[in-house]
Amino acid sequence: MQTARRSVIPYPIARQPWGMLIPLFLLVLFGAAVLYSAAGGSMSPYASSHLIRFSVFLVMASIIASLPRELVRFLTYPAYIVVLLLLLAVEIIGRVDGGSQRWLDLGFMVLQPSELMKPVIVVTLAHYLSSLPVGMISSWRALVVPGAMIGMPVGLVLLQPDLGTSLAIVFGGGVVLLLAGLPLRWFIGAGVAAAAAAPLIFYFGLQDYQQRRILTMFDPEADALGAGYHIAQSKIAIGSGGIFGKGFNNGSQSHLQYLPEPHTDFVFATMAEEWGLVGGLFVLAVFSIILRWGLGVARTSKDRFSSLLAAGMAATIFFYIAVNLLMVMGMAPVVGIPLPFMSHGGSSMLTNMICIGALMMVNQWNRKAPRGGLSGGIS
Amino acid sequence: MKRFFSLNSSAKRRPSRRGPVVNASTLRHAFDRRAFVIGGMQYGVGILLAGRMAYLAIAENEKYRLASESNRVNLTLIPPRRGWIMDRNGAPLASNRADFRVDVIPERLADPEKTIDEIGALLALEPTRIADIKSKLEGARGFAAVEVASGLNYEQFAALSVRLPDMQGVLPQRGFSRYYPTASSVGHLIGYVGPASAEEYELDRNPILITPGHKIGKDGLEKQFEQRLRGTPGARRVEVTAGGRVLRDLESREDIQGDPVKLTIDGPLQDYAARRIGLESGSVVVMDCQTGDLLCMASMPSFDPNSFSDGIGSAEYAMLREDQRVPLRNKVLKGLYPPGSTVKPMHCMAFLKAGISPQETISCAGGRRIGNRFFNCWSNHGTVDMAKAIYQSCDSYFYHYAQQIGFDKVAEMAKDLGMGQEFELPVTSQFYGTVPDPDWKLNKFDREWEPFDTVNASIGQGYYLASPLQLAVMSARLATGKRLNPRLILNSEAPSPPDYNFDADEITYIRKAMSDVVNGPGTAGRGRLPLDDVKMAGKTGTAQVVSLSVSDGRSGPWKYRDHGLFTFFAPTENPRYAGAVVIEHGGGSGAAYPIARDVMTFMFDPQKGMDALTSLERQWGGTAQQRLDQRYAAYAAERGAEVRPPPRRDEDIFDQVEAEARVAAEQTQEIGETFVAPRPTANPSGTPPPDAVTPSTGIQSSNPAAAPTTTPSGPQASGAN
Repeated sequence: MQTARRSVIPYPIARQPWGMLIPLFLLVLFGAAVLYSAAGGSMSPYASSHLIRFSVFLVMASIIASLPRELVRFLTYPAYIVVLLLLLAVEIIGRVDGGSQRWLDLGFMVLQPSELMKPVIVVTLAHYLSSLPVGMISSWRALVVPGAMIGMPVGLVLLQPDLGTSLAIVFGGGVVLLLAGLPLRWFIGAGVAAAAAAPLIFYFGLQDYQQRRILTMFDPEADALGAGYHIAQSKIAIGSGGIFGKGFNNGSQSHLQYLPEPHTDFVFATMAEEWGLVGGLFVLAVFSIILRWGLGVARTSKDRFSSLLAAGMAATIFFYIAVNLLMVMGMAPVVGIPLPFMSHGGSSMLTNMICIGALMMVNQWNRKAPRGGLSGGIS
Repeated sequence: MKRFFSLNSSAKRRPSRRGPVVNASTLRHAFDRRAFVIGGMQYGVGILLAGRMAYLAIAENEKYRLASESNRVNLTLIPPRRGWIMDRNGAPLASNRADFRVDVIPERLADPEKTIDEIGALLALEPTRIADIKSKLEGARGFAAVEVASGLNYEQFAALSVRLPDMQGVLPQRGFSRYYPTASSVGHLIGYVGPASAEEYELDRNPILITPGHKIGKDGLEKQFEQRLRGTPGARRVEVTAGGRVLRDLESREDIQGDPVKLTIDGPLQDYAARRIGLESGSVVVMDCQTGDLLCMASMPSFDPNSFSDGIGSAEYAMLREDQRVPLRNKVLKGLYPPGSTVKPMHCMAFLKAGISPQETISCAGGRRIGNRFFNCWSNHGTVDMAKAIYQSCDSYFYHYAQQIGFDKVAEMAKDLGMGQEFELPVTSQFYGTVPDPDWKLNKFDREWEPFDTVNASIGQGYYLASPLQLAVMSARLATGKRLNPRLILNSEAPSPPDYNFDADEITYIRKAMSDVVNGPGTAGRGRLPLDDVKMAGKTGTAQVVSLSVSDGRSGPWKYRDHGLFTFFAPTENPRYAGAVVIEHGGGSGAAYPIARDVMTFMFDPQKGMDALTSLERQWGGTAQQRLDQRYAAYAAERGAEVRPPPRRDEDIFDQVEAEARVAAEQTQEIGETFVAPRPTANPSGTPPPDAVTPSTGIQSSNPAAAPTTTPSGPQASGAN
């Protein structure tokens, strides 16, 4: 974080969190290399657009990073309502067109409002909980209002239906609630209730293909040509890579199209086949640097809003990483969640860069008024 | 998650129990604690992921590397070229020709119906063929290829190959297919080939059996010599995409062609005899009198093995099934007929051995009293000695002497000369018929032997049953006095058959009498060879299948007409060839011996024989194969849509045919329950069955004189091997 504080370097550059940004750049470049290979050794269509998007969203992130706290707090609820309306609009347009739909075509870009909801729910909850009087943290108001705030978008996203994104919203919101100091027994109770409801949800709430995906997670080889195909091929790709991989551009699983979605959800398998365990450890190391930095930002924040915001953003990124990697390695069902900064795809890059931007923003706030002793008041 | 809570709960619970002591400081602490735990949990997941990845990449690397290789590399077996089946002069009876073919793998088809329709439209397949393929697909095992079409030309092949990316599971390929130059003439003898059935794959788990385009012998010699003919498959290792597209060849190994099988069959003679049978239903067997080599085993009508090897079509199968001349039955081995008078020379040999002098005579008064009953002869022959009994085929003579020496002795001679015997031949099955004697009758019917049984049997009627092959063997053994065994596979060792203890005089006497049948005052005057230097000897036979009261044997329902038989050898003095002709329901021996005459003529003077056949085929409407093709075209046009499909397994088809052949033979024996009164004609003959009439579709001018040249027309396509 404090890599460069030398006077020769201009302050606007020196103040950036290079300890996080440089590994992130390396990871994005590495991702571009993997996408180059996934396209059969070509910059188009994946690698070049990957880099362009990252550049554009990096600019966006640095704009976010420069936003003042008051403006953010002021915009929080309107932003939440706008995104919620967008979700509703998606649902309505989908119904009218007679088919499920997840995105809005804005003309210049295709927008998935459910993606926007992931960072927005974190800011909203952080804002609500930080403005809640301290004494009410263990009262029902600390649960009911945030519960509704999470429940409405989750319900709309589930209708799309998009289980992966719903879980991401619940996870991000849940982490903010947890860190806000809500009584632990509520979480334990929720966990028990979820465990009890899981079988019911599995049998009555999930679509057929979703049930199959969960079942094949436990025994993917049983149906190697059907539902287990994705997981089986992904494990073959990762396992056959060995320690040093098959070499750049030499992955047969991805090049011969055995690996499904080699440029999006299964980009890690594509990478692991060519770069082996070494490449995998590099990716994991970069992710751990980013997340460690994110949590560090949260812990050095002087006020509740900032720390909850930063921790929630880090948790959202973590959720992407964990679910995607667990899935790719055959330890979670196949849900369409891409790997941050490596998978090709605008929406996930947007979400993750909003999270990064928000973290940099909090980092900026921390620099201006570092946390001081017990003075961490609630503004 | 569990670890997270257990770490935390003890610290957290105390304050909350004590009451709402919540302030900014406790919240900050809770945040720090919980953030720390979340951070730890994230590290935990990170370590779990790293460990899992290391496990996959190191511990299970070998397994997944193999899986990845087997994904990437596809080993394709190249069906080996089948060994040739050759005639005694090395001319192919079954060869291979290069062609383009297309198969489908049922389990890889997304929408079988649609795909087959598309291919059908592309290749312009007949609707019956398309229906056949669909029904075959329904019963097919997923992994085994189903043939859609073969013998495609390059344009069709290319048209299909272009569309491949849209057609999963469709395999067009270049390969070799079996080719039988003389087609239906060798159908029963050679058999045909087809894709291995599920049962055959169960028995022999050789991966080549389920390789698309590979066919195995299904009947006849193709089946008997399967292992020898099969060869060694070639292999091709290719890199393929998940979609099945071949990217590049990695390595390939040529196939090794199967070993050839050389038969004793004389290809041109086989083809000639088959064609000469014409519209009739029958068989011709010719043996070499020095070695026992089978030169010809023609059974007609027959199926076209070329077309069977492409898959037996419903319409084709239905047409063959409905034909009462049973084209699916190999009549040489599985046709059983009362031998009729053709056994008389052999019976005479039994009389000679029993001490009857050839000069002894009896008086035929239009019949003979045996015991207290009078049995008719077919004519009144006056005074009859042995020679006259043979050339005039006097029944009374045989009634008398068979009764005198006892039929046991006659039966013994019959069995010794091959009647009722099976021979060591590489054939899928052969029927051995019946030489009736008292023991046999008691065993089979639980009834005593009656004098009329001797009477019936003495003239080859009643329970007596023989196959054309046995008749030919009998004829050859009698003509040479040697224990000749038929053989079908040519090898270097010349057999030296042992002699029977026949006197030269006895043999000469019988030969002379049999020569007189044809060349003297006998029953087959029109059977004389149109050659100056070669004479044929023989014996006519007319076998009744129903009693005189049901039919006169020449007209009426075809299946009631008499069988026409003729056994022969030539030249008369020093027999070189012997054989038998049996024409089912030919109306009498008059249907049989002209065929023997022409076949022997062809043997000694091919041109003369060919001329005779050419003029006949002009009347019949083409060669046997041309007539079969015309009949099929007419049948498919008329009935194609409503036929029942053939049994799924080829084995079922021939099991059924064999069972029916057994039933047919049993039925023939029913006549033996009473005396079979002989027909009052010397050598009658009827008209061919209505089935045989070829529809005049106007194709018959297509050169019926397509001669079975001395080397059968070789494989026509390029690259045949």
